[in-house]
Amino acid sequence: MKNPIKSLNKIFDSRVRLGIMSALMVNDETDFNSLKQLLEVTDGNLASHIKALEKELYIIVDKQFVGRKPRTSYMISNAGRKAFEKHLDGLEGLMKE
Amino acid sequence: MKDKQEYMDDLKEIRSIMERSTRFISLSGLSGVFVGIIALAGGGFAWWYLKDTGFLTGETLFRASGELLSKIKLFLITDGIIMLILALISAVFFSFFTARRKGLKLWDHTTRRVLINLGIPLLSGGIFLIVLIMNNLLYLLAPVSLLFYGLALINAGNYMLSEIRYLGFSEVLLGIMAAIFMEYGLFLWITGFGVLHIVYGIIMYRKYDLAK
Repeated sequence: MKNPIKSLNKIFDSRVRLGIMSALMVNDETDFNSLKQLLEVTDGNLASHIKALEKELYIIVDKQFVGRKPRTSYMISNAGRKAFEKHLDGLEGLMKE
Repeated sequence: MKDKQEYMDDLKEIRSIMERSTRFISLSGLSGVFVGIIALAGGGFAWWYLKDTGFLTGETLFRASGELLSKIKLFLITDGIIMLILALISAVFFSFFTARRKGLKLWDHTTRRVLINLGIPLLSGGIFLIVLIMNNLLYLLAPVSLLFYGLALINAGNYMLSEIRYLGFSEVLLGIMAAIFMEYGLFLWITGFGVLHIVYGIIMYRKYDLAK
């Protein structure tokens, strides 16, 4: 890799987004509360970062109804996985320098 | 631009989140040690209680009947239920403190996943054990409980600390031995549930609990 910094993705500069992507990389699907517990952030904060990732089409939002309660779960998209892996490669490249 | 240290922290954070979000890491080695002690005590008590009945040497293991059989059955059920309750209490107790020390929630999706993956084989095994007792097939209790417990650990091992899978394989191995050498059933049961739990508990305590 010539310039690892070029592989870094601005979207993942935020720790919360980094956390969401990390959790979704290793889980088939994760719900809002699990992410909230894991990352220790407020509802509003988490929701805004999820929205940003959704806008980039990096995550897939799946809304379902369990009885009458809405249940939202999140999955990583193929584009998201690729983007995150590239970002990880960039980070590792930086460390090697 | 962030500096190099910040990127290094990013990587650490990624690793930690991946680990925390998939594995149930609140299990303390101390639970293993205590469960082992409970099994040693319960198994030893059974040994002491049964040694005069000829049940252990094979004389009546396959042929116990009448009053002796009901006596042994009642004893094994009581002893088993007491051990089960004490073991569950100690597992929950130590996990609670380990979770708190590591700053984790005890009840989250990793806990649920582990309980489901442990629960399905354990519940099937438990029902199977009850059926065995109902049919007076007491000599199968040791191998069957070892086998199902081992398979449950292997099944849930992917979502737990890595040593758990090896404990599972060891229990399965002992279960097979107990099925072949049935006269040694109780001895192998005590080895599997008592000695192995203590050994693995100490290994895991030294590796994980003392480390942090």
